[in-house]
Amino acid sequence: MDWINAIVQGVLLGGLYALFAAGLSLIFGVMRLVNIAHGDFIVLAAFLGLSLTTALGVNPLTVLLFVVPIMAGIGYVLQRGVLNQTLGDDILPPLLVTFGLSIIIQNGLLEIYSADPQKMNAGALETASVAVPGGLHIGVLPLLMFVVAVAVIAGLQWIFYRSALGRAFRAVSDKQDIAQLIGLNKAHVFGLAMALSLAVVGIAGVFLGIRTSFDPSIGPGRLIFGFEAVIIGGLGNLWGTLIGGIILGVSQNIGAQINPGWQLLAGHIAFLIVLAVKPRGLFPRID
Amino acid sequence: MPDPLLSTKGLDAHYGDFQALFGVDINVHPGEVIAIIGSNGAGKTTLMRSITGLLSNAPDMVTYRGDAVGGLRADLIARKGIAMVPEGRQLFQSLSVEENLVIGGQMGRKGSWDLQKIFELFPILKERRSVPATALSGGQQQMVAMGRALMSNPDLILFDEISLGLAPIIIKSIYDALPDIIGDGMSAIIVEQDIAKALSVARRVYCMQEGRISLEGRSNELSREQISAAYFGV
Repeated sequence: MDWINAIVQGVLLGGLYALFAAGLSLIFGVMRLVNIAHGDFIVLAAFLGLSLTTALGVNPLTVLLFVVPIMAGIGYVLQRGVLNQTLGDDILPPLLVTFGLSIIIQNGLLEIYSADPQKMNAGALETASVAVPGGLHIGVLPLLMFVVAVAVIAGLQWIFYRSALGRAFRAVSDKQDIAQLIGLNKAHVFGLAMALSLAVVGIAGVFLGIRTSFDPSIGPGRLIFGFEAVIIGGLGNLWGTLIGGIILGVSQNIGAQINPGWQLLAGHIAFLIVLAVKPRGLFPRID
Repeated sequence: MPDPLLSTKGLDAHYGDFQALFGVDINVHPGEVIAIIGSNGAGKTTLMRSITGLLSNAPDMVTYRGDAVGGLRADLIARKGIAMVPEGRQLFQSLSVEENLVIGGQMGRKGSWDLQKIFELFPILKERRSVPATALSGGQQQMVAMGRALMSNPDLILFDEISLGLAPIIIKSIYDALPDIIGDGMSAIIVEQDIAKALSVARRVYCMQEGRISLEGRSNELSREQISAAYFGV
């Protein structure tokens, strides 16, 4: 029974990891940019949620209404103001710049919020659970997060493959010059892609802050989880990313079930096994 | 003579230290079809890239409707009504046939061209509307590329090497469709290596050689000898 419980909890945790990963996957797909500061933006969103929760005295889930648009705005301005200037044939400049951003964000947060672990309190929702057949109890909050993660992935999938914005994303990703010839401003399209990426980061950050305690230094660790979910699932495949997140979450929980010290190690080992057996991930879309 | 729709004056273009165009002057009048011929490396594609804004120039080197547009970004020039059918078709490989056409019209410029009219012109595209654009044959891909450019309802359309790499029968059908396309007042620049094809549709011809205009004149007034001399530089 403990094992089934560990697996179920792992699946739900995987939803959060998929949220960490989705924005990373999106911007890589559109502009081949690897955002090293992605994890730190997740932590930034968590702190933003914390400040707003405290200032407004509302439930952390309510502040999503503010955090998501603020993060999207930061994404657009960051892309137009900084990252667009780094894109080109050379893949090194965006890596270096986002690495620098990562350090800036970590130290900025450290300056403002100190190194103390923080947590957002979602009240009664945190302890609420539903009983499912087999004597298991599933927390309402993890379940809600998982449902939101699936909805976000489905939404991104719809945007990417069914909407005019997604067509523009794919066209610019395919051929930047030709996309400009039909009137697409690639700087603006890239800005929108980063806005969408950081909007998802906003959700991920608030959920992270409700689920566990966080401090300014944990960003790179979330980035690794995001990377691993993307790579396990296969580059450019959003549903694959969700499955990658679930595999990571389940492996971690099974590891923890064997020995609490093995939680992270088990996740990394699962990642390594996938990488060794299928180097391009389980369901790759991008060649 | 009314003012030209598009003109270049003393247009130079550089790739790094290499100068590809030297003082090119061309004019396209409203409703006029001109051809630009020349061998490989004569600077034809560079000229197209300069006009469409993919290569940046001094503002007054390219004038469109009386505005200096040489320094504008490519997407802003496209919005002013200049479209290009690029060499090698260059379809968006992640988009279906229909999506390639629809995205061509995403600027929302008003005019007579829409999806339905493209499908009337090229019925095969309607049949294959949902397959990935790159799954089509070369000739069908060329139809998509032309349709994509037309969907923006341009005032000036640039055809860069539309017959390159296609079977003669396909080339014939594409040239047969051209009068329908540029019949309703649209201006066009046709870049070709095939001199006979170019002369058959264009009223005036510019011949390029080593980055310069080596000859210009009305299609029906130029002799074979003049064109050969300007084309090959012999």
